[in-house]
Amino acid sequence: MTNSMTEKSLPAKRPLADWLRWNVAKLVVAPTFALIIFFVYGFIAWTGYVSFTKSKMLPTYSFDGIYQYVRLWKMSTWHVAMENLLVFGGLFILIAIVLGCLLAVALDQRVRAEGLLRTVYLYPMAISFIITGTAWKWILNPGLGLEKMFHSWGWESFSFDWLINSDMAIYTLVIAAVWQSSGFVMALFLAALRGVDSEIIKAAYLDGASLSRIYLVIILPTLRPVFLSSFFILAHMAVKSFDLVVALTGGGPGNSSIMPANFMYEMTFRRNQIGLGAASAMMMLATVMAIVIPYLYSELRERKHG
Amino acid sequence: MADIASLPGGNSPWRSAGRFGLYFLLISFGAYYILPLIVVLSTSFKDLDEIRNGTLLSLPAEINLESWRYAWSEACIGVSCTGLKPYFWNSVMMTIPAVLISTVLGALTGYALTKFKFRGANMVFAMILFGCFIPFQVVLLPMAQSLGFLGLANTVPGLVLVHIVYGLPFTVLFFRNYYVSIPDDLIKAATIDGAGFFTIFWRILLPLSPPIIVVTIIWQFTQIWNDFLFGASFTTGGGQPVTVALNNLVNTTTGVKRYNVDMAAALITAAPTLAVYVLAGRYFVRGLTAGSVKG
Repeated sequence: MTNSMTEKSLPAKRPLADWLRWNVAKLVVAPTFALIIFFVYGFIAWTGYVSFTKSKMLPTYSFDGIYQYVRLWKMSTWHVAMENLLVFGGLFILIAIVLGCLLAVALDQRVRAEGLLRTVYLYPMAISFIITGTAWKWILNPGLGLEKMFHSWGWESFSFDWLINSDMAIYTLVIAAVWQSSGFVMALFLAALRGVDSEIIKAAYLDGASLSRIYLVIILPTLRPVFLSSFFILAHMAVKSFDLVVALTGGGPGNSSIMPANFMYEMTFRRNQIGLGAASAMMMLATVMAIVIPYLYSELRERKHG
Repeated sequence: MADIASLPGGNSPWRSAGRFGLYFLLISFGAYYILPLIVVLSTSFKDLDEIRNGTLLSLPAEINLESWRYAWSEACIGVSCTGLKPYFWNSVMMTIPAVLISTVLGALTGYALTKFKFRGANMVFAMILFGCFIPFQVVLLPMAQSLGFLGLANTVPGLVLVHIVYGLPFTVLFFRNYYVSIPDDLIKAATIDGAGFFTIFWRILLPLSPPIIVVTIIWQFTQIWNDFLFGASFTTGGGQPVTVALNNLVNTTTGVKRYNVDMAAALITAAPTLAVYVLAGRYFVRGLTAGSVKG
């Protein structure tokens, strides 16, 4: 701040007023900072500590080593949850990026009613995953949903039972999550495409390059940062997915579509396995950090290099 | 992108075919996004016979608001059959103070961190920013214990506290990044004129802030209204926010499954954030892109 100037203009006679003037910024930041220190860092430390105890229904604070982590990684449900996260995350990220990018390129072709289309693509982002889950649960309902619609159109043998099929339930989550989030990826790509110099496109076109070649060879490679941010944002969303699973599949049939966040909730609040829940929460934090730290690193580097 | 049509060869038959394909693609995906909303809306207007005999896309014979009335004031959520009404008001009472307080704190903190930089201000900002990235599972258990200790378990004020605390990293990020781009000279000049911290904020920064205030309020409003995790973890029974109540309503099975009521309830829950999106979509998108750079 501009201390050097205020210093000269202020007589040092009233120590309290002086002190206030110097420190008012710190005083204003203090409450927010204190809240974050306590509720973020303090709570993470608390959860971390509990994950090293034998806590069941109530937290106990006698240190017990990595017992809970060993237990966690021996549980088949946890393995199912982690595998589901990989399958769901992989498909969700891939499809949302391909679709978002495709739609952005298509919208960038001076189309009519662009504003309307953009609004339609993006509105699912405004609603809760619980609502998305409820809506898709109805649409995918094996008796009355899509299946019945196709039957009534004369395709009698059509069968769609993914919601109650333990091998396929995880893919219903992908369908609904892509529906909710791909419009957002589209918005990110569209914003970047609008920043591409149109003279380059014109020049390449006059040189005889086809439009698809121009996009694949010239434009998309310059959008590398957007691909990266979309990847990290979607990965972050995937690890945190909880509500969509609750509303759409309930983690079922059985535990077939459970995710780490649901596992954590189940252990902590339903099964009185607080220590195990804390250990799974710490594993989730580690997963998110493994995604976020490289992202922040690449962002900061990018900024330094202009 | 460039206006290719004005260039030589821009109007060949191939190009017309391409335009046709382009619109086909855009409209098909438009259908993928909009049809679920239409299906949900039309289901909510049907009665149960119409649902059993028709299909997803068949339209209701008449606009029948019975399911909406039932979802709002009669449907059973767990054991209490009050409809969504009390839970909707819980959400309103939770969202408004949480949005306002976290926005005000975020604005002041962002201002102090950029325009009155003290030693370590960047470090403080980085430490606050970290809160944007954590999976909330890692704070659920201590938070449940603390709320119990404070006597705020299962109350709306308890949820307000939770949403303020975990919304702060985002509001600070928004305001900090916005204020960074406002020239320091403005503040220097005002300081020389003898203006203090709050006078400068009130007279200079605040009049420049409406765009970022709108973005922040919309972001916080959608995040907090749509929250399910905190609501489900810290409340039961009458203290639940509307998203949790909706999920319980859909999963409460007493007798016949009333899909039309489920759909009406989903739309009631979605209405406030959808309204904000329709009225202020531009700011909504800006918040998403700003807020998402951190996830």
